[in-house]
Amino acid sequence: MPETLGATRADIAVAACSDLFRGQRDILASPAGVIPTLGARLAALTHAPSLMLSDGESTIYGDVPALGEDSEYSAGYLPYRELFELIAAGKRHVVMGGAQIDREGNHNFSAIGDHFQPHRQLLGSRAAATNTVNHATSYWIARQSKRSFVQDVDFVTGVGANRARAAGPGAARFHHVHRVVTNLGVYDFSGPGGTMALLSLHPGASLEEVLDATGFDLHVPESIPATRLPDKQELELIREVLDPANRREQEVRP
Amino acid sequence: MSGKVIDAAALGGLFEDGMTIGIGGWGSRRKPMALVAALVRSGARDLRIVSFGGPDVGTLCATGQVREVVHGFVTLDSIAVDPHFAAARQSGAIATTELDESMLVSGLRAAGRRLPFEVTRTGLGSDVLTVNPQIRTITSPYGDGETLVAMPAVPLDLALIHLNRADALGNGQCLGPDPYVDDLFARAAARTILSAESVVGTRELTEGAHPATLLLNRTMVDHVFEAPGGAHFTTCLPDYPRNEELQREYAQAASDPALWERYRAGHLDNENIWRKEALNA
Repeated sequence: MPETLGATRADIAVAACSDLFRGQRDILASPAGVIPTLGARLAALTHAPSLMLSDGESTIYGDVPALGEDSEYSAGYLPYRELFELIAAGKRHVVMGGAQIDREGNHNFSAIGDHFQPHRQLLGSRAAATNTVNHATSYWIARQSKRSFVQDVDFVTGVGANRARAAGPGAARFHHVHRVVTNLGVYDFSGPGGTMALLSLHPGASLEEVLDATGFDLHVPESIPATRLPDKQELELIREVLDPANRREQEVRP
Repeated sequence: MSGKVIDAAALGGLFEDGMTIGIGGWGSRRKPMALVAALVRSGARDLRIVSFGGPDVGTLCATGQVREVVHGFVTLDSIAVDPHFAAARQSGAIATTELDESMLVSGLRAAGRRLPFEVTRTGLGSDVLTVNPQIRTITSPYGDGETLVAMPAVPLDLALIHLNRADALGNGQCLGPDPYVDDLFARAAARTILSAESVVGTRELTEGAHPATLLLNRTMVDHVFEAPGGAHFTTCLPDYPRNEELQREYAQAASDPALWERYRAGHLDNENIWRKEALNA
């Protein structure tokens, strides 16, 4: 049993989000949500020092600021029009939130219910269709449940593997849904036919909890690893440098 | 000040029922709210609004002037979804053409270039294409043979834009952090109305700023309207940040017709309110 060093579920999810960016250099990391934002910044401070970070608006960070803080200097200008050029060139890994995701990786944050008269309007299509056919996409679902891990999404904003294949090489050529991180575990698309599979369980979460919170046939391997714990250096960076106000604990509760 | 500069009385005459109107800015950032208020007071109806939407779209949904919204999102940034827009969608009061953000950029750019469409990868595999069967695909005539989206041009009858400064010739200066795609709106439109925090002499525009800040030139602008505080309550950096308190009041008004009437009387019916906001800032 490894030393937990008091790592919370939120700390574990941050480290899992950091691991999304392993081996990646000179691309823009675009995380949505507190946990993925901390994950991307942790990656930049540890194993992925050339990862490019921005304020999500027009400023590329020169340093790695704490959550809610401004960077001290800028390393570039990225207004929306230039962001779309960067996306089209494939130089990005986005971590999107979402209301619904299915086992093929199709994603919805547009609206719940019928598109033409939804019963709950959400964000709209934003740039999910652009992101998913141009560069790596991962997802962060803070509360995994049968309402978020669904058999069929109500509207496909982010494109999953089956839809990308069906739309032809123009859609499939750069399509890559990498992983899904939730409050319970980490998933990838190594199941039968490229469907969602449980990659690791967060320490403290059970397989039963995962299955109770999944509305589709999830591939579960014979042996299930535990999501790795953040190490001492990572915990110090998370607690003392990146998120001393503990905002991550509001987004994830075990 | 002469040239293209118009006053509030002339502004109202530029709006007509059934127009397709593109609105610059992005979410709850640098929205031409004084021009939107003038559009409300004009009473023009049956509008088709094209926008990277924020309270511009929500306001026109709340007043019942909108037939259709062409959008990728309608957000207040610090409030994820504009509640007036959400109410109009959920009650079926408006039609929408929901696009991916970059598809809308492509459609505006094609219109500005006088082309029928722009080729993009975006939309393939997504339900944006399923629910918009008018958007067709095209096969590359080259060796790759890829099937791609032919995003149709989105031409506008009118574009409404707010910038930091302008001159009477119709030059528009953006001093803030992002021009968004306001120049594409201006190019896509048959006519463009530009409001600005201040209208100054041409020489003054570049006395302390690089010419690259001149986002719009005279070929892209038909009318100039001086509107200090004209983006309130949205951001207009560096002149002012978002007025979050007023934005909350606007959002809360979606839950109660009496609150909406109060908001409308205070902030849309009174043509001088924006100027007051600026003076009080």
